Amino acid sequence: MADRIDSERIDPAFRALPLARLADAALGRARELGAEHADVRVERIVAQSVELRDAGVTGVVDSSTEGLAVRVLVDGTWGFASHVELTAERAAATAERAVGVARALAPLARERVDRAAEPVYAGVEWCSEYLVDPLAVPTGDKVALLADRSRRLLAAPGVDHVEAGLAVVRENKFYADVAGTSTLQQRVRTAPSLTATTVDRDGGGFETMSSLAPPAARGFEYLTGTGWDWDDELARLPEWLAEKAVAPSVEPGRYDLVIDPSNLWLTIHESVGHATEYDRAIGYEAAYAGTSFATPDLLGTLRYGSPLMHVTGDRTVPHGLATIGYDDDGVATGAWDLVRDGILVGYQLDRTFAPRLGLDRSNGCAFADSPHRAPLQRMANVSLQPDQVTDRSTDDLIAGVDDGIYVVGDRSWSIDMQRANFQFTGQRFLRIRGGRLAGQLRDVAYQALTTEFWGSLDGLGGPSTWRLFGAMNCGKAQPGQSAAVGHGCPSALFRRVNVLNTRAEG
Amino acid sequence: MRPQEIVERALAGPVGAGRAVLVTQTSEAVLRWANSTMTTNGHTTAQDVAVVALEVVEGGTAVGVVSSGAPLRDAAAVDALVAAARRAAREAGPARDVAPLPEPAADDPGWLDGAVETSIRVFGGLVEGLAEVLDRPQRHYGFASHDVSTVWLGTSTGVRRRWVQPTGSIELNVKTPDLDGSAWTGRSTADFTDVDVVALAADATSRLDWGSRRVSLPAGRYETLLPPSAVSDFLLMLAWSMGGRPAQEGRSAFGGPDGPRIGERLTDRPLTLASDPAAPGLEYAPFVAALHSGDGVSVFDNGAPARRVEWLRDGAVAELAYSRPEAAEFGTAFAPPGDNLLLTGGSAASLADMVAGTRRGLLLTCLWYIREVDPETLLLTGLTRDGVYLVENGEVVAEVDHNFRFNHSPLDIVRQATEVGATERTLPREWKDWFTRVAMPPMRVPELNMSSVSPSR
Repeated sequence: MADRIDSERIDPAFRALPLARLADAALGRARELGAEHADVRVERIVAQSVELRDAGVTGVVDSSTEGLAVRVLVDGTWGFASHVELTAERAAATAERAVGVARALAPLARERVDRAAEPVYAGVEWCSEYLVDPLAVPTGDKVALLADRSRRLLAAPGVDHVEAGLAVVRENKFYADVAGTSTLQQRVRTAPSLTATTVDRDGGGFETMSSLAPPAARGFEYLTGTGWDWDDELARLPEWLAEKAVAPSVEPGRYDLVIDPSNLWLTIHESVGHATEYDRAIGYEAAYAGTSFATPDLLGTLRYGSPLMHVTGDRTVPHGLATIGYDDDGVATGAWDLVRDGILVGYQLDRTFAPRLGLDRSNGCAFADSPHRAPLQRMANVSLQPDQVTDRSTDDLIAGVDDGIYVVGDRSWSIDMQRANFQFTGQRFLRIRGGRLAGQLRDVAYQALTTEFWGSLDGLGGPSTWRLFGAMNCGKAQPGQSAAVGHGCPSALFRRVNVLNTRAEG
Repeated sequence: MRPQEIVERALAGPVGAGRAVLVTQTSEAVLRWANSTMTTNGHTTAQDVAVVALEVVEGGTAVGVVSSGAPLRDAAAVDALVAAARRAAREAGPARDVAPLPEPAADDPGWLDGAVETSIRVFGGLVEGLAEVLDRPQRHYGFASHDVSTVWLGTSTGVRRRWVQPTGSIELNVKTPDLDGSAWTGRSTADFTDVDVVALAADATSRLDWGSRRVSLPAGRYETLLPPSAVSDFLLMLAWSMGGRPAQEGRSAFGGPDGPRIGERLTDRPLTLASDPAAPGLEYAPFVAALHSGDGVSVFDNGAPARRVEWLRDGAVAELAYSRPEAAEFGTAFAPPGDNLLLTGGSAASLADMVAGTRRGLLLTCLWYIREVDPETLLLTGLTRDGVYLVENGEVVAEVDHNFRFNHSPLDIVRQATEVGATERTLPREWKDWFTRVAMPPMRVPELNMSSVSPSR
């Protein structure tokens, strides 16, 4: 059950919209027209992006999206419609349009939609945890902060260019359905970016190094020291870049990899997060995002990885980008196991898919990225749990490697349509010899099959190495929807992973 | 308020250092199916009003862009949006890349016209055919989308332009009942009157028959026939990497010790890669409408006439993308990125002709999950998808029973191609969410690097 958190902070302008009247008009009209289920969402998404190049502003864009969405079930068939106008008349007309869509396309529906039950939550409110609303901070303050950081980097030897950016979002959602649930929610997210480039004018090459700071469900305090040590990273970034630019090219082969949370989160996202989406596993994304090797017939038996592997799904971790109180099906969110002791034990679900898996309740993964899109099953925060017994440090893991590479930060990523064959690069690759770090390498990519990779998991960092990363824009579905999602993990050791030299690949 | 009234209201009174206003109305109908049943659908409408405010500030000219997806009911709402944009500009401080807004280049006779809309009825013919297709023994998956955007652009220099952009596409993925075989086809369309879903399904289904014989092949470098869809996904990544500024600054595959690699010959074949707003059937707005600035794009270009830009001409690098401020900074021509991409200059050969001329090689269907690995060489990685076939002695003799991960640069695709066929309209499987208007030929690449085997189907 989601808690009420600080809900008095919900934007008064959103709260002042005629939410109950819109809901009554839409749901009432849908019922009159014979819908057995109807829900309405009213959303306002306010965003800002600030971009600088070499300490000068290249763009400041403020945007807002607003509208109402009506989703209906008519004779077991979905219908969806949306509109930007927030009036009771338009809400009723949009409900009519949704019912019309369901009836027009009924000849193509060969399955009747059946949904899991959920308790009714009437009039509940939820707000994410943050200190400073990032939309309330003056643009000038954001520009000044990014310009200062850019100038500090540009002043360092070897740094020729700096790109700095900041994207912030405040999302308000109101949901109501014919069962009587109505939820009012607000969350914010903040995504800083900072990349330094060095150019070899004589040789014609160039190299970059980016900040590892992930996007987070935090307020502007994240930019000023809460949750990230900016001063330390800014001080070290130029030397990391300089070292990378002249680092030796990697010898391809099999290496033991110690993977930092700043890189491993993305491997978890692609190889576990998407693979355990139930809609994918049963073919709903087959023509687009793809399916999954982890099919429901293997639930409880598929050896996903070594017994050290414990992966959870949740929509509750503080500052997780997928964290929210209630999903877009009106389900109270929670946490559950996806992989336990290396075995596939769970999926991410919405109310349509839970009964198909034989479950009587959804685990709360319905999400629509705007009022103009229908909800679908989207990713929870999918996280690898640390070793709960021994609090090994990253250095402890490195000490256990004779000949390997320490992988830090994400960069390039790609995985196949059943989530098996993947290839990742990173920001920094440090050679490990005899249990100690021995300088950076260039041109490294690691490539593996999902179960082979997770089967080679041979060591986990402890809770002190566990960190939350994530992505702002995970894509799925047609028409395309973008979702923010968090992934926590400890540092981890994988044995004998295939490493490529990306120059030799070309 | 009508879109034109919003534009005029937002441009009334003092305009600081200049102003551009864009009103965009979009209506969209979508239909999705999986496991041979419809899954999701919808008909949505949206409006976005954006104000680009230019203000004189200490140190130069500042830009603020504020857009709203909420309806603007009255003049006061428009005034509030303008005030927000002006405030945003003053807070942002001086912008890096500045140019005067373009003067009007042409009268637009459609300026006063209303929005063009679509509805779920655009799928009338499709629904009928699809109902027949879904009854067949194969498993069918796919998506049909039709959206129509009407944009009105006005600027303080007197530009008044309207453009209606229809964008439609359909994709079909057909699988054998045991899900072991998979084929794909897709096409773009402006209005769905030219879409025969029964014929598209028959085409995809016929390729499932090639799976009656299966072979496994190791990773390695293979002679590979790329259909137009696969070529388009490679070359879009090439075109998107052709920013002028990064090349000038030595931080792109098109830069080097001697500056941008203009004139560098990639191939002796007379290949031309172009964007052309007037390409028949693939038209896009004949003027720039930009809400953000980036490499090759500037909000100061709003209203500037778009033009045909040849990125490669007769096999050599010809132009890189420059906004007007960048063109002034680097002393070169304004070259705006376009919303279509055309590769021409090949032979009249069809993909079938190229199969017939193949002693041994791979025939692909399409590509997936393409990402840049190394920006210096433009090395890309990605997967083959929904059908890899073995061609021997001029015929498809088997389906490869797995996919491959490739690592290859689109620059090397152009450099190494030993045959380029006839250009046709196609749909990029990977990038179609953002880009549907492409015409590409099939290509033969002698040693495409299939870096590893993907067991996925």
